[in-house]
Amino acid sequence: MTPAPAILAEGVRRTFGEVVALDGLDLEVDVGTVFGLLGPNGAGKTTLVRVLATLLRPTAGRARVLGHDVVAEPLAVRRRIGLAGQFAAVDEELTGRENVEMVGRLYRLSGAEARARAREILERFGLADAADRRVSTYSGGMRRRLDLGASLIGRPPVILLDEPTTGLDPRTRQELWSTIDELRREGTTVLLTTQYLEEADRLAQRIAVVDHGRIAAEGTAAELKATVGIEMLVVRVANAANAAAAAASLADLAAGEVPLVDTATGEIRLAVSDANASAEAVRRLDSRGLPIAAVELQQPSLDDVFLTLTGRRAEDGVQQAA
Amino acid sequence: MSTVEIAPGPRRVTLPETLADSRVMATRQLRKTLRRPTYIVFAFVQPVMFVLLFRYIFGGAIDTGSVDYVDFLMPGIIVQTAIFGALITGLGLTEDLKAGVVDRFRSLPMARSAVLLGRTAADAAINVMTLIVMVLVGVAVGFRPSEPAYDLALAFALVLGFSYVFSWISAFVGLSVRDPETAQSAGFIWVFPLTFASSAFVPTDSMPGAVQTFADVNPVTLTVDAARALTVGHGDALGPALGTLAWLIGLLLVFVPLAVRAFRRA
Repeated sequence: MTPAPAILAEGVRRTFGEVVALDGLDLEVDVGTVFGLLGPNGAGKTTLVRVLATLLRPTAGRARVLGHDVVAEPLAVRRRIGLAGQFAAVDEELTGRENVEMVGRLYRLSGAEARARAREILERFGLADAADRRVSTYSGGMRRRLDLGASLIGRPPVILLDEPTTGLDPRTRQELWSTIDELRREGTTVLLTTQYLEEADRLAQRIAVVDHGRIAAEGTAAELKATVGIEMLVVRVANAANAAAAAASLADLAAGEVPLVDTATGEIRLAVSDANASAEAVRRLDSRGLPIAAVELQQPSLDDVFLTLTGRRAEDGVQQAA
Repeated sequence: MSTVEIAPGPRRVTLPETLADSRVMATRQLRKTLRRPTYIVFAFVQPVMFVLLFRYIFGGAIDTGSVDYVDFLMPGIIVQTAIFGALITGLGLTEDLKAGVVDRFRSLPMARSAVLLGRTAADAAINVMTLIVMVLVGVAVGFRPSEPAYDLALAFALVLGFSYVFSWISAFVGLSVRDPETAQSAGFIWVFPLTFASSAFVPTDSMPGAVQTFADVNPVTLTVDAARALTVGHGDALGPALGTLAWLIGLLLVFVPLAVRAFRRA
């Protein structure tokens, strides 16, 4: 018998009144892997995490964690998951140690066990010196580490991380990344949501791009990049005002979606499958009298994948939602 | 593969587990409250200010007939303090909701009811401390209980029960409005008429007809009247005490399920 996947979602739908947050989402995450859920704000990532964490019931469809249904067996699911969110859910007036030990007790560890595990965790997350200080004196990064640490005290085999590095400084983000690597090496399954393409690229064995409550594409980083096209053609016109006209004349060269135009810099990006496309692009723009500042063929980035699949940059989604 | 095997475990949280979780929640809450200067002011300093205000500023102008105003006032103000103390329950829950702490608790294999059971128990413990402070302050400003110790104990228990039941009402209001600021104003909207249109500060027979009718059935009036009878022997104790108990049981039966339901949905 093959073991149950760590996470299995089948046709999960969740609506809030008129708003469809999850629209029949399917997902399968293998045990012991880091799975990256990539998408802009409002794509449905947080809703999915809340469904998997038994905080929200799906309107339709089924979700299972290690074979346990989130609706029928919520307690079994809760015993197996750790949740850490985008906002550190720790108590300001308690010390770091009190926070972690408390969560340990709620995972049903004995007092002695909770104390010993809390000590280990505080040590591991570089909070040993601050352990007996109130969290109100902690920096944002320390709180986030404490929050993640608390979610690990019950040694849950599945960790759900909802945008764990949003708003963190680069150094703290690096630290969190190495912690996530370590967790995977220890056999923990991690479902990670992120708006940062490089984060998914760096951490996840498999990545799903979520858009409008569905999985738009799924695979390894390399597979996703391959879906975009052979190469990315980047043309910058000398006069940014001509960018739209230039893009229109290049449109039929695009292998995937319509070209992306940045009217501020005059940059046009399009996925191409034909190696002659760059020469053809130069000829066309030249014949229309649109001077070119630069032409380049690039390997596609995850950003391009995102763009091709959703029609917008990941960062744009952030701004729309803000 | 994960090295940790999770025991199948029962499908539901057991009663001893619920009690253990409630204790963890109560400990958390007591620490939080006692370490927060604003709560200390709210729970201990503000009630004392009220005592001084009514005892020395308004008191001289209020005619309570045969009983000294300070003896009339203290049971009333102690009940007012109990009900204000109960407001902390709802306010604190909205703060936990906002901070995402409630989400964490609900994702843990703990008893969900423990969040409310522990919280209300901790607030009751704080209220015990507040009531003791109030009695001491009362004695310092001339409050002289005349009744036997078991009557005094009964009055104390009645007021404490009153604050415990109001904690559940406050929990329901807080979990329904969800936002700390709204919870605060919503709290005062239902608490102010209850405390002031009652016998807490003035005899109800000085009020106009409709207000007096409301004041006479108001659970605050009944609790205050019972406490007054049991501490300074002013008026009949049995009627108001039974009325208070009926109110408390009725309110508990309504608001515990409502608060639990609001917590599930929050």
